[in-house]
Amino acid sequence: MVTLKINGKPHKVDASPDTPLLWVLRDWLGLTGTKFGCGVALCGACTVHLDGIPRRACVMPVSAAIGHSITTIEAIGATSVGKKVQKAWLDLEVVQCGYCQSGQIMAAAALLEKIPSPTDADIDQAMSGNICRCGTYPRIREAIKHAAQTRTAERGG
Amino acid sequence: MDRVSRRQFLTAGAAASGGLLLGWHMVAGPRALAAAAKATPSIFAPNAFIRIGTDGRVTLIMCQVEMGQGVYTSMPMLLAEELEVGLDQVRLEHAPPDDKIYANPLFGDQETGASSSVRAFYEPLRRAGATARTMLVAAAAATWNADPASCRAQKGVVTHSPTGRTLSYGALADKAAKLPVPTQVALKDPKDFKLIGTPAKRLDTPAKVNGRAQFSIDLRLPGMKIATVAASPVVGGKLASLDDSKAKAIKGVRQIVRLDDVVAVVADNMWAAKQGLAALAIRWDDGPNGTISTDDVVQGLAAAVQTPGVVARKEGDAAAGIAGAPKKMEAVYQVPFLAHAPMEPINCTVHVRPDRCEVWTGSQVLGRAQKTAAKVTGLPLEKVIVHNHLLGGGFGRRLEHDYVTQAVRIGQQVDGPVKIVWTREEDIRHDVYRPYYYDRISAGLDARGQPIAWMHRLAGPAILARYLPPAFKDGIDPDGLDGAEQLLYDIPAIRVEFVRHEEPVLNTGFWRGVGVTHNTFVIESFIDELAAAAKQDPVAYRRALLGKSPRARAVLDVAAKAAGWGQPLPAGRGRGVSVLYSSWNSYLALVAEVGVSKLGEVRVHRMVCAVDCGTVVNPDTVKAQIEGGIIFGIGGALYQEATLKNGRVEQSNFHDLRVLRINETPAIEVHLVRNFEAPGGIGEPGTAVTAPALTNAIFAVTGKRIRKLPVKDQLRSA
Repeated sequence: MVTLKINGKPHKVDASPDTPLLWVLRDWLGLTGTKFGCGVALCGACTVHLDGIPRRACVMPVSAAIGHSITTIEAIGATSVGKKVQKAWLDLEVVQCGYCQSGQIMAAAALLEKIPSPTDADIDQAMSGNICRCGTYPRIREAIKHAAQTRTAERGG
Repeated sequence: MDRVSRRQFLTAGAAASGGLLLGWHMVAGPRALAAAAKATPSIFAPNAFIRIGTDGRVTLIMCQVEMGQGVYTSMPMLLAEELEVGLDQVRLEHAPPDDKIYANPLFGDQETGASSSVRAFYEPLRRAGATARTMLVAAAAATWNADPASCRAQKGVVTHSPTGRTLSYGALADKAAKLPVPTQVALKDPKDFKLIGTPAKRLDTPAKVNGRAQFSIDLRLPGMKIATVAASPVVGGKLASLDDSKAKAIKGVRQIVRLDDVVAVVADNMWAAKQGLAALAIRWDDGPNGTISTDDVVQGLAAAVQTPGVVARKEGDAAAGIAGAPKKMEAVYQVPFLAHAPMEPINCTVHVRPDRCEVWTGSQVLGRAQKTAAKVTGLPLEKVIVHNHLLGGGFGRRLEHDYVTQAVRIGQQVDGPVKIVWTREEDIRHDVYRPYYYDRISAGLDARGQPIAWMHRLAGPAILARYLPPAFKDGIDPDGLDGAEQLLYDIPAIRVEFVRHEEPVLNTGFWRGVGVTHNTFVIESFIDELAAAAKQDPVAYRRALLGKSPRARAVLDVAAKAAGWGQPLPAGRGRGVSVLYSSWNSYLALVAEVGVSKLGEVRVHRMVCAVDCGTVVNPDTVKAQIEGGIIFGIGGALYQEATLKNGRVEQSNFHDLRVLRINETPAIEVHLVRNFEAPGGIGEPGTAVTAPALTNAIFAVTGKRIRKLPVKDQLRSA
C-alpha cells in the first residue's frame, strides 16, 4: 500500500512499488486524462507534474512519487498558468484528435511556470519530447506564445 | 428505445470559456433509460440525423466519426445551416452502426475515410436540416392559420413576420412530428449561408484540453479486466508452444488466453498484463513467411513491373510517341511499407455473453465492427451492440477491424468485460501497412523539351479488391491508381497501367492518401525530372502544361507567389514544388523550402501551400488539416519505413519509427482559394502533396534525385 498526493488529495493505492505511475493513475484511480502512448518515455503522452516538474508517468515507479505533489491534466486548470494554457489551446484551435494534448498541455504549463516568456529555442527544448501525429505543432508553438503574452499582459507588462 | 438507452450521449452545454462543453454520459441501465426518456419527453425525428424534443433540445446524430479531422463540427454546421439553429444550441450524439441509414453515399457503407465526409454529406445533411425546418415552419403556420411563406425560422424559433408572433422548435416538436415528411425541400443559395464557410469553434475540443474526453482506451466498466496481447510476429504464423507458468505467478494476472495466432494476458490492470506478457515463453511456428525480408518483396515487385498491366488510361500511342521522341526519359520509383502509429494505441473492449455481445471501440467503420463481432460469435447482428468513441487518430488504421475481430475472439474466453490494449510495439509490428509500391515511368520529349508522350506503370496490391470488392472492376484498383489516372498535364499521348502484385507477407491497407500519396510522389518527381532535362524552371514548366486545368494553374500561381518562387535563398537551401489533383476533387500546390547540411541532413524550413477544395465548410479546419497533413507527410518522406527481416517487422516504437517533432517542424502557410465549386476532400491531400515538393527541393539544393522513399541517409554520401 502506497500513499500518493494527487491533485492536492491523498490517495491510498494497493500497488507494488515498481508499478509505473501511469497505470496507477489510469487503472487504479480512474484518472484517464493521462494517456498511454509508447510506454518507454518516447512520446510524452503520459506527462504529469511532480512538484511542478514535467515527468513521464509511464516510466516512473510509483515509489518515486511518494512524498511528492503530483498534478495531472484533470487539475492543471486550477493553476493560473494551466488555465491560460488551456484557454490558449482553445483560442488558437490547437487540438485535432486530442489524444496527445494532455501531455502537450502539461509540458507547456511546466515550461511557462519556469520561463514566463519562452523563446522558440525554449519551446523546442521543452516540447520536443511530446509527439503529435495529427501535426498540431505550429499551433502548439503559437498557443504557448499566446499564453505567455496573456500572462505578461496581466502582470502589467 | 433499447438501443438508444445504451448509446453514449455526447452533450453540449455552454462552458465558462464561451465554447461548448462536451461530456459523455453513459446511459446504460433502466434507470438511465427512464431519465433519458424524461429528458426528451417527445421527439420530433424526421430523419436519422435530427431529434428535437418538446423541451427544445436539438440533438444531431453523428454518423461520421471524429478522429481529429473536425467532422464533429463540420457535420453539425451542414445540419444547423439549413435547420436554422445555432451551433451553440445543439448536442451531438454518436450514431450507432447502421450500414443502411448511415451509409456514406460514396462507399455504400458507414465509413469515415478517404477524405470523404464533407464531399459525401454536403447535400444529404443540408437536406436533412431543411426537411426538419420546413416541417417546423409548417407546424407554426398551421398553429397561426398563416401562410408558411410568411414565417421564417432562425436560431431555433419560428417567427410569423407580419404579426411578430413566435414559437420555439420545442413548442412545435409535437405538431411537426405529426406532419408528413416532405419529399422535396428547397436548399439555401450558398450566398445566403450563415455558418458554412465561416470559421466555427470546434465542438469536440473543450473536453480535450482538460482530460475529460473519452477515447475507447479510457473506458472503465464494473468488473472489467485489462488484457494485452502478443500475436504471431509473422503473418500466417501459429502458436507452437507456450509456457505461462511465470506469467500466472504475477500478482494481478488472472488468465492466459491461447488462440492459434495470438496469446492474451488478462489481468486486473495494464501493468500486470504487461508484466505477464513479458514473462511468457512463446514459441511460434512461423510458417512459409518466416524467412521473408524486404528485399524479397522488392524483387517480386521489380519483376512484376516488367510485365504489362491493365490499362487504366490511354490517350494516343504513348509507346510509339516515346520511341520516336528526340529525347527519352525513364525512371524507377519506390515507396516503402509504412505504419500508421496513431497516438491512441489500438484497443477494443468487449463483453461477450451467450445471448449478446457488446463492443466499445473507436472505428472508422462501425458497421464492419458490428458484423465481425456477429460473425465471430454467431449472434444475429441486432444482438451486437457497438459503442463508438472519439478516435485518438485514424489515418486509415481504424478503417480495418482486425483488432475488433481479435478482441471478440479473446472476449469469448473471458468471463465479463475485457479491455484489450495493444502495446506500442504490438501496434507497430501488427499494423495494416501502406503497401510497398514499385513504379516504372517514362516520357518522350520534343526538341524544346516538352513532353509528347507519358507512360506510367505501377505495381502493387489491389487494396480495394480485398476491402471493397465491388469497386475493383476489370482488374483496376481505382484507389491504387488515384492521382495517376487523373494526370492533369496536357500531354498528347498518355498511358497508365496497373500491375496487381500481392505480397501476402504483410497485411496492407490505407495510409493517409494511400494511392494519391504514392502516385503524386512519382508523378511530381518525374515531371520535375523532365523540367530539369529541358533546362526549364519547374513552376513555369508545369504551368505551361496546365492550360486545360485553370484551377490547378491558379493554386500553382498562388503558392509560387506566396513562397517567393525565384527569389534568392541562402546557400545550402532550395525550393521544390508539387501539384496535386485526384478523386478527392481538391487542387493543391505546395512549395517546400529545404536546407541540406554538408553531412546530408535535411531541414525543412518553410512550406507554402495553396488549396482549392471548392466550397469550404470550416476554413480553420481546412487549414489545420493541411498543416497536419504536411507534417505527417514530412515525417513519412524523410524517415519512415517498415522493413521486414525473417518475416518480422523490424521497427517497434518511436525510437526507430521516427516521426516529426516540434523542433523539426517548418513554418507552414496555407492559402485558401475560395469558390462555390463542389466540396473536395481535405484530410489527406496535405500529406499526399508533401513528399515530392520536399524531394524536388532536395534536388534543387544537391542535384540528387530521390527516387526511393524514405530520404533517410541517402544524402549522407553526397
